[in-house]
Amino acid sequence: MGDGEAVKSDYQQRRWHNVRKVLERSGPFCHPDFEPSAEILDFIMNSCKVLVVGAGGLGCELLKDLALMGFKKIHIIDMDTIELSNLNRQFLFRKNDIGLSKAKCAVEFVNKRVPGCEAVAHHCSIQDMDEGFYRQFHIVVCGLDSIVARRWLNGMLMSLLQYNDDRSLDQSSVIPLVDGGTEGFKGNARVILPGMSACIECTLDLYPPQKTFPLCTIANTPRLPEHCVEYVKVLQWGKENPWGSSTILDSDDPQHVAWVYEKAQERAMKYGITSVTYRLTQGVLKNIIPAVASTNAAIAAACATEVFKLASSCCINMNNYMVLNMSDGLYTYTFNAERRQDCVACSNTTRTMEIDCNATLQAIYDKLCEDRGYLMKSPGITTVINGRNKTLYMSSIKSIEEKTRDNLKKKITELGLYNGAEILVADITTPNTLTVKLKFSDVDVDMKG
Amino acid sequence: MASPSPKSPEQSEKNKQYDRQLRLWGDHGQTALEKGHICLINATALGTEILKSIVLPGVGAITLVDHNIVSDEDIGCNFFLENTSQGLNRGAETLRLLLELNSSVQGHAVQEPPEQILQDNPDFFKSFSVVIATSLGEKTIQELANHLWDIKVPFILCRSVGFLGSFRIQINEHPIIEVHPENEQIDLRLDVPFPTLAEYLNAFNIDDLDLKDHGHVPWIVILYKAVQKWQITNENRWPMSRKEKNEIKDIIRGFIRKDENGIPIEEENFEEALRAVNTALIPTFLPVNIKELIYSSSATNLTKDSSSFWIMCSALRAFIEAEGKGKLPLRGVLPDMTASTEHYVKLQSMYRTQAAIEAEIVYRKVQEIVAQLHCDSISDAEVKLFCRHAHDLHLIRGSNISSEYQMGTVASYIAGYLEEPDVMMVHYILLRAADMFRSEHCRAPGEWEPEADISKLKMCVSKLLSDISCSPFPKDDHIHEMCRYGGAEIHSVSAFLGGCIAHEAIKIVTKQYKPVNNTFIYDGASTNTATFTF
Repeated sequence: MGDGEAVKSDYQQRRWHNVRKVLERSGPFCHPDFEPSAEILDFIMNSCKVLVVGAGGLGCELLKDLALMGFKKIHIIDMDTIELSNLNRQFLFRKNDIGLSKAKCAVEFVNKRVPGCEAVAHHCSIQDMDEGFYRQFHIVVCGLDSIVARRWLNGMLMSLLQYNDDRSLDQSSVIPLVDGGTEGFKGNARVILPGMSACIECTLDLYPPQKTFPLCTIANTPRLPEHCVEYVKVLQWGKENPWGSSTILDSDDPQHVAWVYEKAQERAMKYGITSVTYRLTQGVLKNIIPAVASTNAAIAAACATEVFKLASSCCINMNNYMVLNMSDGLYTYTFNAERRQDCVACSNTTRTMEIDCNATLQAIYDKLCEDRGYLMKSPGITTVINGRNKTLYMSSIKSIEEKTRDNLKKKITELGLYNGAEILVADITTPNTLTVKLKFSDVDVDMKG
Repeated sequence: MASPSPKSPEQSEKNKQYDRQLRLWGDHGQTALEKGHICLINATALGTEILKSIVLPGVGAITLVDHNIVSDEDIGCNFFLENTSQGLNRGAETLRLLLELNSSVQGHAVQEPPEQILQDNPDFFKSFSVVIATSLGEKTIQELANHLWDIKVPFILCRSVGFLGSFRIQINEHPIIEVHPENEQIDLRLDVPFPTLAEYLNAFNIDDLDLKDHGHVPWIVILYKAVQKWQITNENRWPMSRKEKNEIKDIIRGFIRKDENGIPIEEENFEEALRAVNTALIPTFLPVNIKELIYSSSATNLTKDSSSFWIMCSALRAFIEAEGKGKLPLRGVLPDMTASTEHYVKLQSMYRTQAAIEAEIVYRKVQEIVAQLHCDSISDAEVKLFCRHAHDLHLIRGSNISSEYQMGTVASYIAGYLEEPDVMMVHYILLRAADMFRSEHCRAPGEWEPEADISKLKMCVSKLLSDISCSPFPKDDHIHEMCRYGGAEIHSVSAFLGGCIAHEAIKIVTKQYKPVNNTFIYDGASTNTATFTF
């Protein structure tokens, strides 16, 4: 070793002095597998590959936190570009960066600030990447604001699981997922060991249902300023087509928002409703979730601590879900979210759907959208009849939708489905096709009534 | 084709930048934040992480007090230092990089130790909205706490060691008008309707309505009519018990129209009325904590120096004793309910108008007091806001941090938790013991040799425990763990605390939302937190 290298190594030792203490010393509360050594930091720095999903409020924080905990091989993926309204919390971006890729800007900043950090940016959507991409990581940490994207990513990590011949899980195929989310002054952080602990699909009921307004209220009996904005968005825009029939409402276009704002005001005036403001209009149009730097910082940090524990075993991981509420004092609660034995994503079993034999395909479609175990957005349903694939219904492609629309009204038995038949379901909430076995419910019960 | 050009002006740049947070604390909260000036003592990773989340939302100014020189360890865990910062003043360097986050924030660096400022220029601290300190010695903690207590400047003392962290808020008196409760109690006055409301409710005859109108009657009316019907056979009492409320529900079910086969027609408004029985029939009352506030000596013995909060509390008392007939001014907010636009808007404007009338009475009383005391005037808008939130007013009266270092009520409070034993209180003792260790040995416990320091740290723990008349810990495991940490500052632990503490500082500056009262302990190893009130 030359003098220069010795100096450099000495400097590295000093620089990482803080984390080295918890990695190179043992303590009474360590994970049972933990063996303190200098190799752990070496693994964190030179081998451990971490994927950060999302380069927004949580992603910026995560990138900084992980880089300062010693991680170098960090990838970050985000399809978005920087907007002015991001700057109150996404601290790696400046006004000059508006319009540029979030992932690229974040990486550039952190690699420059933290020497040795080798973060890599991917300016694309998570669906653009295949299994091979996701399989390369040791840990995935996720800071998304979209539930659908989270579910897709969860499904991807589940599809990477491999099972041994005796149906036991091959541990080496498990890529832990650390997930964070915030809304205003509230947030949550959780650790998911795919196939071993509760996954996103197991706990779908923890997400609050999206707020919607009934169409008849919007059209006939508006009471709130929100009703007026929804009216302009849902009914008036399509009728008046202010920018021509080919221009759809773009909630990011200030001209469009201003138009909706004015029309909503007119409608509110007509009905004697007060307080339609520009801010409210924008909030309803974009379904804006309030966000502030402090909550994002705390939740991302809690996630980064868990990534560090997973990579090093220096402490026992959170088991497995923490909620944080900063609006009344500061409250956290950590609990063990439980697995769903019949989870569509992580249970490695075929789902069974109980259905009346006289039911229509629509009934199956509705169950897939409304059942707490599925909550799909626009499921495409196919089946195999006499060895041939048959599309029963698919809404995502217009021509197929038109061709299969009538099937929804048909009885499932007319479509060739039978007790024990399997349907294959695809949806944006998962990268995998889901197999669901139909079980006809006893028709005799109905007869008695 | 020609594009329509809406007349409404573009939003300002600032409104766009802060949009996501303005939805949480409003324009007035932002204005308060922009007037705030935060002082940070010691720009450690924890200190700068706190400032980061205060600078981003746009605080007015920050001042960093730090005489330390940047070390390699600092650079390793502090994002607001660069390699080239090594050997330079830590406060000045972190300030430079923090200010890059938001060009509208002013910043200053003072390269003097806090002890010296306390001695030479104690008035230095007077102008700050909040003083935040990290990594302070035991002696300085007490001196600074005493001084800030005397000059009534809020103080947050913060620690981050290994996976442990804590902060303690010291604030003399902190009134909060807008607490933003998660479940705001509704204030409908169905038991004591004001004249216009009574007239409106009495004019309804549910049975006479056609089916369409029947489905658009607001549930308030349905509930009121059901109670009236019930009162005929119940000596005009107000339904209180569960049994009586169930009788009200039965009456409401009786109101629901039936189809030709006698099957009840689904009507959303009646369903809402049934759901509202339990909450909306609670009689109007003056909450105990509000009563305590308005009769406390701060509200009854006003002086020229009384704050606007206490003047408004005093006016509120006068209102309740006279025009209010024992009740708070009407909140004036109507919850959303299924109804025709006409009914809803009419009811809503009734509640709003009455609330405005009552707030105006309180405002006149405020003006009288202001005139008598010759103090600063209080705006109409301020009084309106106060009346709107009069049900949820909240006051925090704090305690001096120094009281934790003396025998007394705080000591017995701590001792109580240690007997249980509460592991989070054990962490508090460990953090205190580590401070003591540092002042005795001029290094953190375990900084060089963890095993060798265990017995020394144990002596500090024993001394602390005997001071509060507690028996020593049966096991050394937490002492051992503290020595393992060796005073290390783990970035993600500091980042978690940084977010939390920034948030508390913002709550204090904006006077919105309830801050922690008053001590928060975090253990990142077990993902556990606790709040204690010293």
